[in-house]
Amino acid sequence: MRRRSFFARVAALAGVAAVRVRAQGRFQPPQDITPLINEITKGVAPEKKGVEVELPLLVENGNTVPLRVRVASPMTEADHVKAIHVFAERNPRPRVASFYLGPACGKAEVSARIRLAGTQQVTVLAELSGGRFRVGPRDVLVTSGACLDDASL
Amino acid sequence: MRLVALAAVLATLACAAQDGPARPSPLEGGSEFQGAEIRAMQADAFGNPGMLWVDRGAGLWRSPRGARELSCASCHGADGASMKGVSVRYPSYVASLGGVVDLEQRINACVTGNQGAPALAWESQELLSLSAFVSSRSRGMPIVPDPSRDMDAAYARGRAIYFQRQGQLNLACTNCHDASWGKRLLSEPISQGHPADWPAYRLEWQAMGSLERRLRACYLGVRAEMPPYGSPDLVALEAYLARRATGLVSNAPGVRR
Amino acid sequence: MILGKVQVPASVKAGEPFEVRILVQHPMETGFRRDADGHAIALHILDRISCTLGGKEVFRVELGSGMSANPYVAFFAIAAQSAELAVEWGDDRGDTGRATALVNVVPA
Repeated sequence: MRRRSFFARVAALAGVAAVRVRAQGRFQPPQDITPLINEITKGVAPEKKGVEVELPLLVENGNTVPLRVRVASPMTEADHVKAIHVFAERNPRPRVASFYLGPACGKAEVSARIRLAGTQQVTVLAELSGGRFRVGPRDVLVTSGACLDDASL
Repeated sequence: MRLVALAAVLATLACAAQDGPARPSPLEGGSEFQGAEIRAMQADAFGNPGMLWVDRGAGLWRSPRGARELSCASCHGADGASMKGVSVRYPSYVASLGGVVDLEQRINACVTGNQGAPALAWESQELLSLSAFVSSRSRGMPIVPDPSRDMDAAYARGRAIYFQRQGQLNLACTNCHDASWGKRLLSEPISQGHPADWPAYRLEWQAMGSLERRLRACYLGVRAEMPPYGSPDLVALEAYLARRATGLVSNAPGVRR
Repeated sequence: MILGKVQVPASVKAGEPFEVRILVQHPMETGFRRDADGHAIALHILDRISCTLGGKEVFRVELGSGMSANPYVAFFAIAAQSAELAVEWGDDRGDTGRATALVNVVPA
């Protein structure tokens, strides 16, 4: 039996939220992502250090934004990064992705291309072995395209 | 005597205007007008999203198709090396088709005529993959437009469209891409409007698209009625743009915002 | 079959972290877009990528619709000896794909 992914469950639950978002159009205010973070940390306060979030300061198109995250860690069995969670507060679904690592990685560094629905703060939460957490925010300015081309045409 | 000299000068100028298109100087490809991240994505041989279509195209190139169960490879070789220098000559006059066609039309002519298969739909994954594959074989080569006289009518028509104001915004291609390249339109630098890196992966579309799709988007941009895919006007415009871009190196598949 | 590919360096030193790059062809449809007739295009995303080295899982991603179309991810791994790196991915409709690469370890 395949374990249903977190996102499949969230997408099902967020059906109502998604409809409301659509009615508002593309300009939506930032949401409070603290509950999403607490779901993972179970209330443990994350340290505000040791998480380097590399994103362009200015993004030409929010559809494809290169992201690189580095978490300082020896990546040993005793002390390593277990997971890296990426949140975008103004996206209709703020939880972007979760990366699961281990000592076999040697380095806690991941890259991805993400979507950003407008200028906002991106928050990266690192889950470490031993029940510890670290967090790193990053502000990004997202401009929209000029000749507003309908994507389906 | 002076009148004759003046007439000669005017005649020469008129000829020059008919002869070659006025070209931006220095000639710069579209990637020069994209941000650093997009330029890096295009140059990334592994990470360029367009390469997914090139890879799929390589597979389609070797797949038998149609009533004749022929693959592209069965005539043109397995690795597509014979396609080197081909895409940079398009649009081209093809005698067997009796007219000027662009790359996608040429591919479909082979699919229907030589392979006996139904035509691949415009902007379909199959057609884009084959077009991306064929175009990628000319990566690094300069645009060398078809010089034959059979192209003259298409060049003239394309040039007329290029300089014709149209749409609700009443703009001609030249108003942005000759008079205003490098300047910003709603925070985006305006390019010189060259076709060299197409087909391309456009972030706006989150997908690969043909040059025809991009030109149609420009029509939409000035709020003009978009010509249908395969329209002779689009092919003529492509022909003029290719001539205008003579010598510019192709880096297809490109990546654009 | 979902098309995708994986890249590792030509050779790596034993025990030294090397970058693994993955690119998968997928529209990552958010469910928020509408087609030309105004109908919502259904949610359709690649939701997982997992990677093993020498048969042991070293990396896993859970993707949401906030990941770009044609998802790209990269991570680091270490290898003590040459082994096969296998990447598998799957979407929310049960479609899958995989790719492999040989990690060629040279002495440190």
